[in-house]
Amino acid sequence: MKGSNLPRLELHIPEPPSRPDTEVDFSHVNRGKAGAVRRPDIAAPEAEMRDLPYELIRVLDDENAAVGPWDPKLSADTLIKGLRAMMLTRAFDDRLFRAHRQGKTSFYMKSTGEEAIAAAQSMALDKGDMFFPTYRALAWLHARNYPLTTLCNQIFSNAEDPLAGKQLPILHSARAYDFYSISGNLGVRFVHAVGWAMASAYKNDTKISLAYVGDGTTAEGDFHEAMTFAAAYRAPTILCVTNNQYAISSFAGFAAPERLPFAAKALAYGFPGIKVDGNDFLAVWGATQWAAERARTNNGPTLIEFYTYRAEGHSTSDDPSAYRPKDEAKHWPLGDPVERLKGHLIALGEWSEEQHEALAGELKEKVKVAVKEAEAIGTLGQSKPPIDEMFEDVFEELDWRLKEQKAELHSRREGRD
Amino acid sequence: MVENQPSVNDAATETYSKKMNMIQALNSGLDVMLGKDEDVLIFGEDVGYFGGVFRVTEGLQNKYGLKRCFDAPLTEGGIIGSAIGMGAYGLRPVPEIQFADYILPAYDQLVSEAARLRYRSNGEFWAPITVRTPYGGGIFGGQTHSQSPEAIFAHVTGLKTVIPSNPYDAKGLLIASIESNDPVVFLEPKRLYNGPFYGRPDEELKTWANSGDDSAEVPLGHYEVPLGQAAILRPGREATVLAYGTMVHVAKAGIEDSGVDAELIDLRSIVPLDIDTIVRSVKKTGRCIILHEASRYGGFGGELSALVQERCFDHLRAPIARVCGYDMPYPHAFEWDYFPGPIRLARALKTAVEYR
Repeated sequence: MKGSNLPRLELHIPEPPSRPDTEVDFSHVNRGKAGAVRRPDIAAPEAEMRDLPYELIRVLDDENAAVGPWDPKLSADTLIKGLRAMMLTRAFDDRLFRAHRQGKTSFYMKSTGEEAIAAAQSMALDKGDMFFPTYRALAWLHARNYPLTTLCNQIFSNAEDPLAGKQLPILHSARAYDFYSISGNLGVRFVHAVGWAMASAYKNDTKISLAYVGDGTTAEGDFHEAMTFAAAYRAPTILCVTNNQYAISSFAGFAAPERLPFAAKALAYGFPGIKVDGNDFLAVWGATQWAAERARTNNGPTLIEFYTYRAEGHSTSDDPSAYRPKDEAKHWPLGDPVERLKGHLIALGEWSEEQHEALAGELKEKVKVAVKEAEAIGTLGQSKPPIDEMFEDVFEELDWRLKEQKAELHSRREGRD
Repeated sequence: MVENQPSVNDAATETYSKKMNMIQALNSGLDVMLGKDEDVLIFGEDVGYFGGVFRVTEGLQNKYGLKRCFDAPLTEGGIIGSAIGMGAYGLRPVPEIQFADYILPAYDQLVSEAARLRYRSNGEFWAPITVRTPYGGGIFGGQTHSQSPEAIFAHVTGLKTVIPSNPYDAKGLLIASIESNDPVVFLEPKRLYNGPFYGRPDEELKTWANSGDDSAEVPLGHYEVPLGQAAILRPGREATVLAYGTMVHVAKAGIEDSGVDAELIDLRSIVPLDIDTIVRSVKKTGRCIILHEASRYGGFGGELSALVQERCFDHLRAPIARVCGYDMPYPHAFEWDYFPGPIRLARALKTAVEYR
């Protein structure tokens, strides 16, 4: 370097706009105008949709009216069902988070602020379409009335746990509800969703798949692999990035260049990407419907970025006030998904504060009853699935090793050695 | 007839057979399964129109159509990940990884997903995939065309790992793997694709057809060689040699050179492992030599050695010996110094019988 007059290089480390000791700053969030983004024909060539990722698709405006071409025009009845699913998700999260604090389970993760996404998609897609969720998507199950007690049994790993105590709390699996098995490692299932969709197309079926990754997980190689496969084989799938701004303590700027929408990544793969207000139940539904129609008519995959905010900690093991302003959630420019849909229903004259209060109370009670039922079976450590279950489903059948190990365990438990 | 010796008469449903090399036998296995089950499909890098870099999938796209046997993007994680998704849907995909050396980008998918999907969902989902991949050295493949990664799969609960050593077994084991509802890593010894290899690089090579080996006679139709059943290829009284893949043939040569009356067991699958055949043999012979190409430390030989020691302790008359690749990346110029050939096995056998 001696004698060189070249400018010295500097390493850029991305930093979020706000920290615990600074003012909340969401000045970079461009909400755009509700109803302003065009809705292309589902068969439109990809080349004509390249402006879309840079706009934010919104349906509900600041006066709680549904506006623009992405409005799915749902009945009041459907909207109330959606509101109920979101409120149930929140009531469930609040109660189970407390159950963790009371030592009834080892772990829990809330989806506060993101309820609209999985709830609307669960309702908008057909029975038989397969959902490849992340751990922040239980609203899918709540929207389909998955038995709450069964879900609690899984979270408590008790004798009636449908996963027989094999899996961490909320890493659920519910095939009958089109809810694929969740795993702890990130991104891998994004690729499975593409393979599943390819299989559906291979069999000339009519089913499509839907998959999530969070903003942080887009940095995994699996994201690229899934996008590459989806593009090459025009897989009938809807690939979604739930951009809630944070991956534990790391802000989204680590996964993508600051200010670049995740949706724009689709352009490089040659299929459309759209960016959608994730706190707008109607926008989520409308966008999902559009992407589903594209998939069902062999127009291929769509990437949807759901722009939202993780209103609570990452998990029961996380304290977000250690890395971001305590009251940041209150300032999130896209508001709260429950409040916005509630406001819309009230504006339509189909809902009231009283009804809302009553429903909230009813759901709280419903969750309480379910938790009590599950507690009666047992909480973590108080009750366990039959021990033989531990050896089942490693393979389709137990091999000699597992048979020997099972016998060894039984002989120890019976005090014979 | 030797116990478990493959024979054309084993074919239950087909009596018509012909001489095949391992490539043709594998191709025939894929052909049979594509014809039998519409849920079977093949994909991987260069496997479609071109027919595979080793010709294993030759003609299959032409015969069964584009969607039954097709090319894939160069992404091993994508190949295995999408195969798992297809398996969860209900298909029986047979993806190919061009070289076992390149399976590592898919290791997360195999370990965290394929192997655990059934367990973690308590049986709701599973992935009956068969991952074919050429492996092993002896071809001047250097560091990234020679590796034997079986031990890193054997350690993964929920995966089956299968390694044929001849054309008859290759087809029968491949069919059994595809029909298994568990995920299988199917390692094909590329050194054996065209003919047996005895670990003597200066010797004139024989094709399978000219080798005089009965296992080159392969039935044309459907048959299975069950997973988890070893084959005793040579009965013996003085020592047991455990081998798989290319090393089975090296073992034949090493036993011949040693003059020791050793029993040769071809494991055929290392998960599930045929523990009974191994234990029965070592209890009879009292000596056990394990032979594999993979490097020694942490290799599958360690597991075999431990199992034999635990189960045959009172019968052992010499320490269990492992003849393996050295603990280094697979070198290029030093191929035949690295490769555990018959001389090294013969020496280990003599040491074992002369012990005490």
